[in-house]
This record gives sequence, structure tokens and C-alpha cells, in this order.
Amino acid sequence: MNRIKKLFQEKKNILSIYYTAGYPNIGDTIQIAEALQKSGADVLEIGFPYSDPVADGPVIQASSKQSLDQGMTLKLLFEQLKDLRKNVTIPVLLMGYVNPVLQFGVEKFCEACAEVGVDGCIVPDLPMVEYEEFYKDCFEKHHLSNVFLITPQTAEERIRKIDGLTNGFIYLLSSSATTGKNLEVGNTTEAYFSRIKNMNLKNPTMIGFGISDKQTFDKACSYANGAIIGTAFVKAIADGNLEESVSNFMKKFKD
Amino acid sequence: MKYKVNEKGYYGDFGGAYIPEMLYPNVEELRQNYLKIIADPDFQKEFHQLLKDYVGRPSPLYLAKRYSERFGANIFLKREDLNHTGAHKINNTIGQILLAEKLGKKRIIAETGAGQHGVATATVCALRNLECVIYMGEVDIERQAPNVARMKMLGAKVVPASSGSKTLKDATNEAMRDWINNPVDTHYIIGSVVGPHPYPDMVAIFQSIISEETKKQLLEQTGSDQPDYVLACVGGGSNAMGMFYHFMDDENVKLIAVEAAGKGVSSGFSAATTYLGNEGVLHGSRSILMQTPDGQVVEPHSVSAGLDYPGIGPQHAHLFKTGRGQYVSITDEESLEAGLLCTQLEGIIPAIESAHALAYLEKMEFKGGENVVICLSGRGDKDLDTYIKYFNL
Repeated sequence: MNRIKKLFQEKKNILSIYYTAGYPNIGDTIQIAEALQKSGADVLEIGFPYSDPVADGPVIQASSKQSLDQGMTLKLLFEQLKDLRKNVTIPVLLMGYVNPVLQFGVEKFCEACAEVGVDGCIVPDLPMVEYEEFYKDCFEKHHLSNVFLITPQTAEERIRKIDGLTNGFIYLLSSSATTGKNLEVGNTTEAYFSRIKNMNLKNPTMIGFGISDKQTFDKACSYANGAIIGTAFVKAIADGNLEESVSNFMKKFKD
Repeated sequence: MKYKVNEKGYYGDFGGAYIPEMLYPNVEELRQNYLKIIADPDFQKEFHQLLKDYVGRPSPLYLAKRYSERFGANIFLKREDLNHTGAHKINNTIGQILLAEKLGKKRIIAETGAGQHGVATATVCALRNLECVIYMGEVDIERQAPNVARMKMLGAKVVPASSGSKTLKDATNEAMRDWINNPVDTHYIIGSVVGPHPYPDMVAIFQSIISEETKKQLLEQTGSDQPDYVLACVGGGSNAMGMFYHFMDDENVKLIAVEAAGKGVSSGFSAATTYLGNEGVLHGSRSILMQTPDGQVVEPHSVSAGLDYPGIGPQHAHLFKTGRGQYVSITDEESLEAGLLCTQLEGIIPAIESAHALAYLEKMEFKGGENVVICLSGRGDKDLDTYIKYFNL
């Protein structure tokens, strides 16, 4: 069984952490993965950087740019990830934009993911129709989950369709926003989270965008299987000792 | 119809809507409604009324006699430079502002490079009393100060894009981010035939007035609505698409699109997309773009801010790949020289963008008597600083 499925069957209140590969230093990718696992992260989302990340706010944009300036490419990332499964046992997803994947080659990308032990992908600008027609078979052949995003504006019929197409989890955006905005759980957000919860989707859900502390994390977990933290973590590891920054950051989410 | 968009939003291999889910409801709303709204007789009436009384259309098709003598062919200039705000951009912003009103939008955003599209957007927002926010690269804000002042005078808020190369591509990214963060009441007026479907088709439809008029004017002036050549410059490609639109299915009419070679196609400072680029996804559609082998977008260069873009619209990519259009390029220097020549022969100072199309005449060979239409997409007032510096005026 795929590591993602197994995790969601066994655990609640799942904490998933996003970070940009090759940031703050080009060679940090594996070290961060190991440190996060050690401090209690349940899932890792490793971002492969893109020059024009339209869905991202300033923090993740800046980390992407720094990583690219330091020489990160998908090819280099897969080389770094050869050591991923030496110590890391938790599910790992790659997250990034579609153009680098296209240039790398979709088939080759899926093969490389499977080879290094990546469990799934999140490609925000890959449309559902394109995925269904050109990517799905390849993803499934290599046992990769593809995670789709939904927002408060996503229509119910479309959510059902996404639920039918995905086989990992559904990424619930707390609002329509670029990454790094704060989560303000007002009445409308709560109504939206409840609406999704009551749809009884076949896939588990994870809430993302705007989760930055224990309070917002717990709130998210009351509506979904867990939550995703990105910007707050990327900010926290910008400088200082990497191991310490990771462990200090993760302490905020533990009792 | 073989060069038009299909029901899936593609032109051959190009097009589609590669957008994050946050943009889906807005783009889908547009996709479901744009053709219906545009076809509505009330919309058509208001659109054409404004084009006539406010923009000043039809724009003349001018037989440039001294140009014709010099090159040995009948050179016709389609005078988009005479439009209100000085370029073809306003054809599209008039169309989109009316469409945004029909969709009940209260707030308008746009990206701009040279500032022409920003000014055209701010103008129609003033006209229709809608809030207007324009994203513009920091570098462009510095080099296009008069247009920034115009936009502010028109009541628009000009927001600097400070990421990446701080030019048009980055302004487009920022406008997309704004739209993601304002998913309900905002309409994004994209200024070129780029972006996710239905934008390339919608913008092409609004700009197609250029070739619609040209055909009628040619028929009156030459007795045939079929010229031998049609030329236009291409950044994202909106004036070229407007100029080509009604000629695409006339296979005997040669379509020539002129890209910006910058300091030369192999100099590392160029915006000659079809020469330097390959297939990929940028700003929501699959097209041809300048990129590294890893799929990172390469910063373009052109003396002309309006052509300083690393991609082309998907319909252009299709015309290029099928061979229906011939895609060529002209350097910074060649375009500036052509701008001066046009000024001296015809008394028209062209925008440096349009001067790229004019410059290609030097590379063509004519038997004599051919009819050639060139889209003079904008006037050169905004480029005086560049002309002054280059020619030591």
C-alpha cells in the first residue's frame, strides 16, 4: 500500500510540512527532510522551484528564487533525493508548477519519482482535464498519488469529480489566496469547512494556506484529517542552525 | 476555421487553461459567458458605438506613397496609432470593460509593460467609473514615467511589480496573484492574446476589428480584399492577431509576424520567442516560450517594452507551427532606423514596436505592384526618449 493511504488510515491530526528544495542552501534538501521526520512531521511536501510561481506569496517566491539562483533543477533534485529513503520513512510529495515537469518529460518525471521513493505530487497549475487525459495513466503506473486543490469557490460537482480522480488526499485551501496569508476562521470559512466535511468524500482532506501555529492547526484538524504548513516554516529556517530551527519550529505544534 | 480555437480551448497543440484552482471559477465564468455576451446585439451596438465615437474608428488604411516608391510595392499602413490613447490596445479594453460590467464586476486589474495597455485600461475604467489597479514592473515604471502619470491622472492605482526581472512578465504574475486573492468581484483585463483560454480568443475577437476594417478598405482602394502580404509586430501578439484574424483562412495572403531580436538572436539579449523558445506553459497556456532546459522562464530583452515578453500567444504558436505564418525578427537598431525612416518619408513617428514590422520591409523582395499591409500598431510619442538617445537628437 502507498505510504500516504497507510498514514491516513492509521493517524489523525496529520501535520504536513512544505519546504522549498535547495533552500536556504542548495544541499539542505535531505537534511531538512530528516530533521522534520525526527521532530514529528507526518508528511513532507518538497517544493521544486519555478521562476514564475503565480500561486505563491512573497516568502515562497523568494525561497524559490534563491534556490534557482543556487543552481537547483529537477535533475539535481532527483540526484539529491537518491538518499531520501535511507532514513526517511514518512510520505513524501513533490510540489511545483507544470512547466519544469513538461521539460523534464512527464514519463521520465514519474519514473524518477518512483525510483527515489516519492509517493505523490501536487502541481497546482496542472488542470484536471489535462491530468485525466495525459498524466493519470503514467502517475498510476508508478503508484504516484496526485493531489488536487479546492477553494471555497469550488463547486460541489467539481469537488466530486476531483474526489473521483485523486487517490491521496484533497488539499483544502482555507481561502482563495496566494500562499502565506493568515488563516482567519470566520463564519464563512467554518461553513465551508463543514460543507466539505459533510460531503463525506472518499479521500481524506488536508487544510492548507494560512496555518502558522498550534491554535490554527488544531482548528484545521477539527474539520479535516490534518493541515499543511508552508510559508511559516520556510520563514523559520531562513537563517540560523538548521537542525535547531526545524526542531524549535516543530515544538510549537506539539503539546 | 482551422486556425481558430476548438471547443477544448486549444489551437492545435497550444492553448488550454493551465491555472491553479483558485483562478478556475473566474476563468470558467468567463469561458461560459464570453461568446454569448459578445454576440448579444446590445453589446455589439454599444461596443461599436464606443469604437466609433470614443476611439475614433475606423482607423484609416493609408497608402504610403513615398514608402511605396522606396520599396517598389504598394505599402498600406493600418493606422492604429490614430486611435484614442495612441495604440490598438484600446480596442480590447473597450470590449473587456463592457464584458466585465455584464458579469457584474466592480474592480478591474491589468498588467502593463510599456504602459499602453495600462493607459488603455485606466481610460476605460474612468469612462465607466470602475476601480482600477494596474501592475507594472519597477523597471518599466522608471522608463515609462509619462504613462505612469497618465494612469494616475485617470484615477488608477499603479502597483510596482518588484519580483524577477521587474518587467512585463512579472507584472503579469502580480496581476494573477491579485486575481487569486480577489476571486469574486474583480475582472482581469489581460492586454494581449496570452493567458488561459478564453483570453487569447476573446482578445483576438476584440482586436479583429483591425482586419475586418482593413478588408473593406482594401476592397475600396484596390478592388480586392486580398493583399499579398500582411505584416505586424509580435510581443504577446495582440495587434498581429487582430491584423491577421480575417486573413487567416485566405491562404494566398502571406502573414508575417515580426518578433524583437533585441541585440541579436544569439546575443543573450533577445525576445525572438519562436527562434529561441520551445513548447511549454507560461501564464496559463501552452505555447512557445523562452526557457532553460529545466523549464525556467528566461528573461527577454528588447528596446521596445511592448515586445519585451518571453512568450507568444497560443494562436501564434499554432500559426508558426503549421507554417501558416512566417515568424521573423528585427534587432533594436534595425527597428530604430526604420522608425526614423517612417518619420522622414511619411511624417509619422511610429512606436518602436510597430517600427519592428516596418523594418522587415528592408528584408523583403518585391517584383513590383504587390499590395502590402502593415499594422502601425501605435504612435511613437512614448518612445521619444529612446529615439533621442539613439539618434542624439
